[in-house]
Amino acid sequence: MSAKTIPMYKRPKGLTDVRTHYCAGCGHGIIHKLIAEALEELEVLDRTILIAPVGCAVLAYKYIEVDGLEAAHGRAPAVATGLKRALPDKMVISYQGDGDLLAIGTGETIHTANRGEDITIIFVNNAVYGMTGGQMAPTTLEGQKTLTSPYGRNPAEVGFPIRACELLDTLESPVYIERTSVHNPASVRKTKKAILKALKYQKEGLGYSFVEILSMCPTNLGVEPVVGADWVKDAMIPWFPLKKFRDRPEEKKEEKQAS
Amino acid sequence: MSKTVLMKGNEALAEAAIIAGCRQYFAYPITPQNEIPAYMSRRMPEVGGTFLQAESELAAISMVLGAAAGGVRAMTSSSSPGMALKQEGISYIAGSELPCVLVNVMRGGPGLGAIAGAQGDYFQATRGGGNGDYRTIVLAPGSAQELADFTVDAFDLADQYRIPVLILADGYIGQMSEPVVLPEPTGKTFEKPWALTGAKGRSKNIIASLKLIPDNALEEHNLHLQEKYDLISENIRRIDTYHTDNAEWLIVAYGTAARIARKAVDRLRDEGVKAGLFRPLSLWPFPDRELHEIARNAGKVLTVEMSMGQLVEDVKLSVNGEVEVDLYGRAGGAVPALDDIIERINSYERENHTHVQAS
Repeated sequence: MSAKTIPMYKRPKGLTDVRTHYCAGCGHGIIHKLIAEALEELEVLDRTILIAPVGCAVLAYKYIEVDGLEAAHGRAPAVATGLKRALPDKMVISYQGDGDLLAIGTGETIHTANRGEDITIIFVNNAVYGMTGGQMAPTTLEGQKTLTSPYGRNPAEVGFPIRACELLDTLESPVYIERTSVHNPASVRKTKKAILKALKYQKEGLGYSFVEILSMCPTNLGVEPVVGADWVKDAMIPWFPLKKFRDRPEEKKEEKQAS
Repeated sequence: MSKTVLMKGNEALAEAAIIAGCRQYFAYPITPQNEIPAYMSRRMPEVGGTFLQAESELAAISMVLGAAAGGVRAMTSSSSPGMALKQEGISYIAGSELPCVLVNVMRGGPGLGAIAGAQGDYFQATRGGGNGDYRTIVLAPGSAQELADFTVDAFDLADQYRIPVLILADGYIGQMSEPVVLPEPTGKTFEKPWALTGAKGRSKNIIASLKLIPDNALEEHNLHLQEKYDLISENIRRIDTYHTDNAEWLIVAYGTAARIARKAVDRLRDEGVKAGLFRPLSLWPFPDRELHEIARNAGKVLTVEMSMGQLVEDVKLSVNGEVEVDLYGRAGGAVPALDDIIERINSYERENHTHVQAS
């Protein structure tokens, strides 16, 4: 056996070598790394623009080695639409959180999907507004206590947590819709596959791809990182089932050829 | 030389945008600017551009932000209540220093108001309706010809200064059909090394209005913006004057109000009354020094506007108390009446005559 160490695990080329501002146990860092890996594997790092949302991932462009753009809260899909229409050869990623995608940006979310814009949405669902200190999100679970639902989310008053994938799955245009998670290594690997597929479809010009990723926010849950990950598994997944809702590249390829 | 064509103001503006090289246009329907999206929906496919009817004004302005970040010429248009919604994106575009052209074909307000032309958005346009310290260049056309000419110019100014340029028209100018000689492209080109085109052969570009680090980053950014605004204030001084050389009574007006005021000047001059018209063509920067220079020799200044005292504030700031400033404002889609303007100026004449006799 050689004494030489073979690196089994290294920083992907697309991930900037800096400390992130994310809390311990947060899922954003993992998801950033998966996006960076996928962009490197698809060899599109030099023609990708990442749109950062308002929320915890507002500085995402500092951590991924691609051109970066900021959108107003909820408007990332509209910004992505304008950019992609202007530069159809580029890869455009809209990275969004639950408040961004399902509250203030619901209109943009639905209409961008409905138009089948040739972009990829990475939706990080951690059931809470992280950046502003832990307010109730559109995906906050029933009974879940937050800064603005101190008695627990009461559906009679504020409705039930919204399921984005199921909602978007009613639309004809999207090519790919999947919900994954990053609460353990196996689910991280599945998420990587989903991100890779979504971006590959965009590279092939097949239209709108959407990956919802259940993620941990132990800081705002007030728990240890490990407990945060368990909470995703035990509390979130029963309401937000991990599932591939839509995957029809062949159909889109035919449509593309016909048009 | 282009030939003269009869066009609605809104359509002249739309075609001028195409002439200027705008290939990305996003908008949401609202009266009285609907001719612009309708025209663009026909023309953009012919020239290989994008026409997209957005789901909202919020989305339309954000689409403009995205396209502008890609380094291409982009435009949106709307009318007063729709422009109110766009202020979010305008503030982000200003903060991100992106070039684009915005069009407000004003109607009466506040609220839903009515669909007839008005000038009630002067404050919103010139003071910045969005959050933070920012400016947009504001051009004020008074005819279909100027709608076309100013639009071509607006794209160059936007690229030159990396700033949103607002064409502030009103429903009457937008809706009226007039003879127009469509402008030629200026042929000016602008390097955009900041554009987001993918980090190929260069380090990555980032376009954002968020400035967190270091602690003074946001103030530094604001100081930088202010320097740019100061430069623009030096360079852009646009006015049109009519019989102002020996004017005893100076009218200040823009857009539709200025057309009526011009007629009033003609009639008053016919009667031997020395009236003149000062028409600011840029509302920000406001041509304050130019107005001051002309107004200081006048007996009184009358501001005529289709709003209840908005333009008059800039007029007062310009003359800085040296000359008396009066206001004749109409609102809610009403236009200033020719006879009312004439009568107001004649009343100054009578007043003056009385003073002279008494002294």
